[in-house]
Amino acid sequence: MSTETQSGSGISGDDSLEAAHEKNRRVRRVLFGCAAVTVVTTAAIFLVLFDNAASYFFGARISEVLFGGDSIVRTVTFTEFGTGTRWAPDHATPAHGVLPIVWGTLAITIGAGLVSIPIGTATALYLSEYASSGTRNRLKPILEILAGIPTIVYGYFAVSFLTPVLVDGIATFLVNPAGRGLDSVSHIAPGLLEPLASGMMDASVGRYSMLAGILVVGTMTIPMVSSISEDAMQAVPDDLRNGAYALGATKYQVSTRIVLPAAVSGIFASYILALSRAIGETMAVTMAAGFNANLTANPFDEIMTMTAYLVSMARGTSAVGTVEYQSLFAVGLLLFLMTLSMNLLNDRLKRRFQEEYR
Amino acid sequence: MSTKRETDFLEDVDRSREKLLNRVFYGTLVVASLFGLVMLILLIADVVWEAYQAFVTFDIDLGNFLTATSSSRAERAGFGASILASLWLMALTAVLAFFIAVGCAIYLVEYAPENRVTRLIEANLANLAGVPSIVYGLLVLALIVNDAGLGSVILAGAIALALLIVPIIIVASIESIRAVPSSVRDGSYAMGATKWQTIRQVVLPQAMPGILTGTILALARAIGETAPLIMVGTMLHATRYPSGPLSSFSAMPTQIYNWTYQADRMFNGLAALGIVALLVFLVGMYALAGYLRKRYETDGGSISNV
Repeated sequence: MSTETQSGSGISGDDSLEAAHEKNRRVRRVLFGCAAVTVVTTAAIFLVLFDNAASYFFGARISEVLFGGDSIVRTVTFTEFGTGTRWAPDHATPAHGVLPIVWGTLAITIGAGLVSIPIGTATALYLSEYASSGTRNRLKPILEILAGIPTIVYGYFAVSFLTPVLVDGIATFLVNPAGRGLDSVSHIAPGLLEPLASGMMDASVGRYSMLAGILVVGTMTIPMVSSISEDAMQAVPDDLRNGAYALGATKYQVSTRIVLPAAVSGIFASYILALSRAIGETMAVTMAAGFNANLTANPFDEIMTMTAYLVSMARGTSAVGTVEYQSLFAVGLLLFLMTLSMNLLNDRLKRRFQEEYR
Repeated sequence: MSTKRETDFLEDVDRSREKLLNRVFYGTLVVASLFGLVMLILLIADVVWEAYQAFVTFDIDLGNFLTATSSSRAERAGFGASILASLWLMALTAVLAFFIAVGCAIYLVEYAPENRVTRLIEANLANLAGVPSIVYGLLVLALIVNDAGLGSVILAGAIALALLIVPIIIVASIESIRAVPSSVRDGSYAMGATKWQTIRQVVLPQAMPGILTGTILALARAIGETAPLIMVGTMLHATRYPSGPLSSFSAMPTQIYNWTYQADRMFNGLAALGIVALLVFLVGMYALAGYLRKRYETDGGSISNV
């Protein structure tokens, strides 16, 4: 701006004008510093996780090797970390295969996606194409409450209601042959259900299950899909809809063949956001799905996600230097990289969507 | 809408299938939309029911619950120390996050040139907003709690929460500052004000309600966060009152987490009561944010927070 040539309020004479300019430059530097903090945060996350994770693999932090002269001792090999199927770094006979907890995270993420993506998309279509503006204005904020409820509350909900009532009920229904549960379903898909049921026969649903985790995380990510997808659908120009209606299309046809394809990149962006949130989700998933690093596909089994591992190993200051402490950062780094790649993908999709309709 | 006016040459086209599909589709959408609503009602009903049950079954003294520290004996355990710790956390988080976030927002809207650095800052913001909260906890655990030797104190928890909500406040502030019309700025410049005078005395006062609303909503997010606090290594059991920013603590969510896992049924009931208390805090903050938004909208200000 070159409008600062006249003296402002409280400024008289050239000296104070110069002082005002100097002040402007100082303010600008301070504000830039504030903005730089955000970039420094990202850099710090990356460096600190990397630095500490190094001690897990090489026995010493990068900073210690650089400045303190610690020697590198190979402790955990990348091969074991990447391909091992047992995860128990704190066990008497430790095992460092990260696959079980990565699987736990993926199982919850995929399962939650199977809940939130269809339901969220359907909700968005209803809100955008069918609902009256009154219904939309009431239903949308109510659904957004789902995203504002603290995750610890979802965890409590899972422990006190979902697991003992719903998940247990579903399991009993599937296993109990007396109540036409399994028998009637099993000849529809015998190959699918029988191993599942035989696995459940002996072990009833305990305190934790993958299914409870999927249900809570799926529920809490519905508003992300529905809100953002609905925004994308609303951005589709009405001309496209009217053109289709003029050709005699039903609302169903307009919804599925005009609105969905036209809003597709915005809708996909919402899916990725929801999945990314599911990957990083911690408390609800920990309290619902549990702490047992199982490589299992049975939805009634207890599993452990990467975030649940982090929670179970959090010891504050007391554990520094132990392999459990070091493993936190290896898992944390992996988690960060997973969500980072999702976020970058989301950013690209959003940008593409903005280009389409602006 | 399906048309009723089918002309002769369309008579051989059977539209009943389409109409049926249309109706089935509509029904499916309505049912799906209700799923979220039903889960929300179930969740709130479950919490309220469990809290009510505990209240009746164990004859809980509400005064003691709201003021006492937690205890290994459920009959004496209270939520007071956790509430106090959460208030400390919120105050420190607000101070730590607010100025940096607003400063960053002012820079991006008013000062930032169109260049690579600016694009990097903006792209990085989108990324930061998507970082799982537990990762911020890990960062503070390594850097502040252990490397800097601060320990698992309230200040460390507040730093983790501040890092978490800075991007949220920045986004709200940017929107709010952008909404101040440029004619107002030009008027100020025409009076001879410098850029900083314009920002401080003209732009910020107009944008402040929106910024404050965003800050309150972000703090509401922070107060319910559990995972970063657990990573920082807080006590899970608030057996004494926090004395200041450098004392150890257990905030509301971590205390609820602890109580949920106690074998004693009364502790589980206390967890439900604790959740009700936490939700009351949240509703209060949302109401305050809503009030601020409404108030400056009806004041006839030239800004609208679309």
